[in-house]
Amino acid sequence: MQSLILRTATRLLVSLILVFSIYLLFRGHNSPGGGFSGALVAGTGFALYIIAEGAASVRRAIRIDPRHLIVFGLGLALVSGLVAVFTGKPFLTGLWGTVAELPDYKLVLGTPFLFDVGVYAIVLGTILTIILALEES
Amino acid sequence: MGVSLKHRTEWIVRASCILPLVLFLGACAMVPAMAAGESYRLSISWIPALGVNLSFMLDGLSIFFALIISAIGFFVTIYAVDYLHGHRDTGRFFIFLHAFMISMLGLVTADNVIALFVFWELTTIFSYLLIGFEHEEEASRKSARQALLVTGAGGLALLVGFLLLETISGTYEISRMVPQASLIGAHPLYGAVLALIFVGAFTKSAQFPFHFWLPNAMAAPAPISAFLHSATMVKGGIYLLARFHPILGGGGAWTCTLMIIGAVTAVGGSILAMGQSDLKKILAYTTITALGIMTMFLGGKTTPSLTAAMTFLLVHSLYKSALFLVAGIIDHQTGTRQLEKLGGLLKFMPATAFAAVAACLSMAGFPLFFGFIGKEIMYKGALAEAMCPELAAGAAVLSNALMTAVGGILVVRPFLGRPVGYQAPVRETTFFMWCGPVVLGGLGIIFGIVPDLVGHWLVGPAVHAFHFSVEDIKLSLFHGINEPLLLSIMTLTLGVGFYLAHRRLFQWINAAAEKIPVTADRVYDGCVGSVARLGRLQARIIQNGSLHRYFFIVAATFLFAVGYGFLSRAQAFPEVMPPLLAWREWLLVIVISAAVITVLVTRILLLAICALGVIGAGLAIIFLTFGAPDLALTQLLVETLTVVIVSMILLRLPGLGSQARNHRGRRLFDALLAAGTGILVTTLLLALLSTEMDRSITAFFEQNSYLAAHGKNIVNVILVDFRSMDTLGEIIVVATAGLAGYALIKKRGSG
Repeated sequence: MQSLILRTATRLLVSLILVFSIYLLFRGHNSPGGGFSGALVAGTGFALYIIAEGAASVRRAIRIDPRHLIVFGLGLALVSGLVAVFTGKPFLTGLWGTVAELPDYKLVLGTPFLFDVGVYAIVLGTILTIILALEES
Repeated sequence: MGVSLKHRTEWIVRASCILPLVLFLGACAMVPAMAAGESYRLSISWIPALGVNLSFMLDGLSIFFALIISAIGFFVTIYAVDYLHGHRDTGRFFIFLHAFMISMLGLVTADNVIALFVFWELTTIFSYLLIGFEHEEEASRKSARQALLVTGAGGLALLVGFLLLETISGTYEISRMVPQASLIGAHPLYGAVLALIFVGAFTKSAQFPFHFWLPNAMAAPAPISAFLHSATMVKGGIYLLARFHPILGGGGAWTCTLMIIGAVTAVGGSILAMGQSDLKKILAYTTITALGIMTMFLGGKTTPSLTAAMTFLLVHSLYKSALFLVAGIIDHQTGTRQLEKLGGLLKFMPATAFAAVAACLSMAGFPLFFGFIGKEIMYKGALAEAMCPELAAGAAVLSNALMTAVGGILVVRPFLGRPVGYQAPVRETTFFMWCGPVVLGGLGIIFGIVPDLVGHWLVGPAVHAFHFSVEDIKLSLFHGINEPLLLSIMTLTLGVGFYLAHRRLFQWINAAAEKIPVTADRVYDGCVGSVARLGRLQARIIQNGSLHRYFFIVAATFLFAVGYGFLSRAQAFPEVMPPLLAWREWLLVIVISAAVITVLVTRILLLAICALGVIGAGLAIIFLTFGAPDLALTQLLVETLTVVIVSMILLRLPGLGSQARNHRGRRLFDALLAAGTGILVTTLLLALLSTEMDRSITAFFEQNSYLAAHGKNIVNVILVDFRSMDTLGEIIVVATAGLAGYALIKKRGSG
């Protein structure tokens, strides 16, 4: 679609949407959001990009094959579960560690976050795989 | 670069022989403890809630098998490197080979029956991958599938048998079932357990009538036949029978079934072996014979009978794997495995010929060879049998005599006799290829010289592990002039007779085989064919490619199944309260209703899709007003993407003037179905609202979300922590659906 307005707006919007998607992923544990919603937002952003610029430029922009993203996500989710197994706990038990402790704030990170990133990668990978394939068919 | 990569792969796979070697040395180190009658257990909890553990037990029987598996695994590994020289899938072959070996070792050491089942099926799967290694050939794929289906079905029967055993004995651990043998034997389910375990063992060990997959499995490369289909995997069933002998064995049903099936398999296999001309097929049928003999002797319960089974297992593993490797060498060097195209190879390949002669003499049971001792103890066992010793002895003599003849054929025809004109000059193979058969064949001689050591260190502990008697197990070369010796002499005489007549027997057997109307192979083809026909039929009815039909079936099934369930239980129609809505909510109702009407009346698909999106967005706002922001967010995003993706598809489709939509009767029917489903769902929701909510789970999540899982967003904590196993399942579905969708789109695109 050759629309100057859409293309110009897309430039601005897509980057905002992607940042928002990452923001959703990070805040998910404490406020609405999470890997799944984050990935859907990113998927919408890429869909917009495809409509404005075509599939080829999206492929160039993301550099990696989205199918690899699916495999990476599955692997990450599995690894996040296996970490617990190696410490002798049941598969997928959440493990937490304090990363930084400030006077009135504590930052803890755990394997569930890795798992959420895995979900993000799989969902985004699936959406991209399908819409790119549709657009190129 | 390609060349150096291949070279490097070859070195890596050659080095991988260290794995079986280390395992073999480890098993050797255990031998003295086993001979002293000790056993070790190791248990790792796996699914403790269900009593399923990864528990392993090392006893004489396990170590006996582990020694055979790792030793032959070592020789097969170094052999296969040169056998496959230059093959593009060398790396894959060795990964399968070693994975198979590990699974097989797991199978013979597992103490928990569920773990045993898992290893059992793993061996089946790797056998499938290895038989089908040359996957570009139709025959390979067919044979691999056949072996998978037959042994896989047997594995399922085995699983059911194990589950029944657990309900009887209350444990999954074999070592804890053994003390309850009398309880199990008296239980009404004993017969069912026995039958199921037999099906598992018989399919794996190629007993009649499940024998047919083994000759077909000869499509596998020779080292695989040597390893899986003579020495290890097919002995899995024998191992199972031995392992369960103290739990299920000894009764009339046990003895009778094993003796008859074993005898039929042994005699039938050896007769069919005489009717083959392909080296590997001959070996496959004699393997069936050998497995039949072992099954037959495991039917007994006396020490000589069980000793015979285990001794013969060792004898057979040595000579048969050597012979398969030799057959592979012959095929590799001359390009043929057909007997009539071979001859005079002794001159060209002295080392291979030595291995073949030693192995064949062991197979034929010549005095001084280990095979002779195996045969002596076999006759002793047969005569000690409580139930019809004549049958056992007769079957053993007949099949041994035929095997003697086969041994003669295998030595004389390819190696002696006239040299045949070969296309290219035939040379001896490499050291790595002939050393395996030479050592394995040579062991037949060495074990024949020191039978008492073999009896004391290997066979004795193996037998005592599943046969609790104080009787000493002694193997020796000469027992004096007695009945077994006479039977041995009779066997050799008969064998020579069969050998001399083998060309005539070959014709007779093939002529007779053509007249048999029903063979197990054809029954198998019939079964597989009818399953395929059933599949086609159901696909034609419920999966005809019309999206309308799919939706219709799903909705109708839901309506009738859930509707029936609800109506049969509901006492009264749920009370309907007139909704008290704020003006904003009325606005939503109006917007959603308008969108619904648009979907129903419009003929423009794009508009319909957008209207559906409006409905979804409206629902999202409803979620938001009732305090479910996470749900609302996800709903909104999903709706947006759905509209985008479906529009992308629709833009590509030809415009649907749609005959379907014009068909009045069908439209009415669809409308009724849709209305019915809508009413049902609404009623269900109303019914749900009129009941008390169980808040115990909600309360648990509320309490623990932040304390245990460091998250304030309960929905997300449930998704990624409390119920992450569910999520894992869901993302696997998402990934699979994505890849499947990709494949479909690409397939359509390419025509």
